[in-house]
Amino acid sequence: MIKVDKYPTVQAVDEFARELPEEVRQSVYSASKIKTEKRVDALWRDFPDPDANRRLAGEIKQHTLEHLGDYLVAAEARLKANGAEVHWATDGDACNRIIGEILRANQCSRVVKSKSMATEEIELVPFLEKQGIEAIETDLGEYIVQIDGDHPSHIVTPIIHKNRRDIARSFEREGLGEYNDDPAVITMRARKFLRGKYLQADAGITGANFISAESGRIVLVTNEGNSRFCLAAPKIHIAVVGIEKLVPRDKDLSLFLSLLARSATGQCLSVYTEFINGPRMAEQQHGPEQMHVVFLDNRRSEVLASNCREILRCIRCGACLNVCPVYRQASGHGYREVYSGPVGAVLSPLLHGKKFPQLADLPKASSLCGACNDVCPVNIPIPTLLLRLRDKAKTEGSPAAAAGTPPMGAWSILASSPGTWKVALQAGKVMNLIPHSFLKINPAARAWTGSRDLPAFRGGAFRKWLKDRNKTANNPPQAQQ
Amino acid sequence: MSDRDSILQRVNQATQALPARTALPDYDPARAVKRTGNGADSIEAQFAAELTAVNGKFLDGWKGIASLLKQEGCTFGYCDAELHQDFIEQVPGVEVETVFERGSVDRYQFAITRAAGGIAETGTIILNDACSPYRLAALAPWVHIAVIDPAVLWQSTVEALAAIGNDTNVVWVTGPSKTADVEGIMIEGVHGPGIQACCLMAEGQA
Repeated sequence: MIKVDKYPTVQAVDEFARELPEEVRQSVYSASKIKTEKRVDALWRDFPDPDANRRLAGEIKQHTLEHLGDYLVAAEARLKANGAEVHWATDGDACNRIIGEILRANQCSRVVKSKSMATEEIELVPFLEKQGIEAIETDLGEYIVQIDGDHPSHIVTPIIHKNRRDIARSFEREGLGEYNDDPAVITMRARKFLRGKYLQADAGITGANFISAESGRIVLVTNEGNSRFCLAAPKIHIAVVGIEKLVPRDKDLSLFLSLLARSATGQCLSVYTEFINGPRMAEQQHGPEQMHVVFLDNRRSEVLASNCREILRCIRCGACLNVCPVYRQASGHGYREVYSGPVGAVLSPLLHGKKFPQLADLPKASSLCGACNDVCPVNIPIPTLLLRLRDKAKTEGSPAAAAGTPPMGAWSILASSPGTWKVALQAGKVMNLIPHSFLKINPAARAWTGSRDLPAFRGGAFRKWLKDRNKTANNPPQAQQ
Repeated sequence: MSDRDSILQRVNQATQALPARTALPDYDPARAVKRTGNGADSIEAQFAAELTAVNGKFLDGWKGIASLLKQEGCTFGYCDAELHQDFIEQVPGVEVETVFERGSVDRYQFAITRAAGGIAETGTIILNDACSPYRLAALAPWVHIAVIDPAVLWQSTVEALAAIGNDTNVVWVTGPSKTADVEGIMIEGVHGPGIQACCLMAEGQA
């Protein structure tokens, strides 16, 4: 994670992007671009109007959020009826504590885990390691992140920022074989190593892509099949579920699944789509004997109470990251938190609570082009939410948000009075006589002009054009006889 | 106040303060079903085409199973107990067990399981605990062959979901286990089967 100065003159994400090795930038750019193209191909090939389905899914999620209390209670009842134990955690510490207690009560010392952004958010793995519990990430990308002591840089493809040589070196260091950077060899070595871990594990920890409030059915989606392994070998299943993950009915799952895989990777369905309706039945040979579901708040209820609640519709497909011109240049680590890209620029500052000012610059890491909204499978108006958070940052006077922005106080005074503005437009032409190097005395102006050309001041030209146009419109030339 | 009550209280305060709340839309679930485009003239043909499109292998009965096992050099595996007698008769020279031993998963080169159904729209194999008591069998060996009764071949994910039942664990498998985590290069068989195969056989004829 990068640190932000107290009074920075450049946006942190810009600074990160500037320092990003060209090789990483290229790899992030091309992977994101390919995924964006696959998404478009899949959706428009398969549906006459995929945008209508996105809007519908957004409406269903919005409805669910606006009635979340009722749906949570309904889901809890169904989960219990299905044989699961339900726990509630107000924050990350509480969630980690609950999981630690479940593991301790069952004498679990080894845990395998499938990819879950919620568990990244609460730093579950480092917590378990401190408790002396071996916790192994089983998604290939997440496993590589874990052995490197790194952080995921993409919601769906966590090591989008790494190349095969980096990974081969890590595997060699971890004793998984001599250096070999063939992706097939790397993958087969991971298969062999992780297989042993699945079979030795006492518990499997997963997230959840969806929970149906109607049936209590948890849906888990992976391509690798690692979550399936986590639920095949170990005796205990713990699912960490953000309270926003509910959908009202089973029938809604078809719609959401049809959008999730296409938006994430351009597939009609991910390889493994698992529907879990409780612990295994007594007569079954494999599968967890206990199932625990931990509902995690961790400031989601605060987000629900804010004017940015629509961000809780997110189903973590990563499409907004892939299409974002800023993400493509900065990569995920530029956002300094678990959630990156446009969704992270909204969600991360909100989940920071009172520490919002530390991440108040993130809503400015956007050109507001609107592409994130256009690709979102649940139609989240991300640009609108970014503007609301920019307003919040300005109102709260966050130095991080103001970094690299020239002071606008004088402009604000001039723009508040039409008369003063008119005079300023004429007087502003003096700017053309001042050498631009003189402007660089001011640090904020220096940051602004460092990568931008200041065009010649042409104040008043538009007004004059409009005035002339109106005059012509009101007194059209006489038509020739 | 418990964590549960505190969370629900905060959630309810947040939502009750809203001036208006979005209604739950009703809709025809069929809008989530993709347009058919592979030119298939039957549900079986569509399933076969979609399975092949996701890099699965569509096999022609026991003959196809025997041929795949020979091609992959498989000499030992697991076979579902209900299919065992037919296997012995139809695929001679290959040893199988009807109990999948958790302690020696890597001994099994292949597994033949009974699927709970299939989805033609996506080429998906449906497994559940009732039909496949050993979850690891369909997951650990390199070759997995699912036998599906055409009577439970569903046209779409919507139909399959409506018929999902109450099994504690249902999994839809759409192609081989795969990853593109290393530089976006697709590699199959990262955790589960590298070969995901399927054949349609009516119950009683298997």
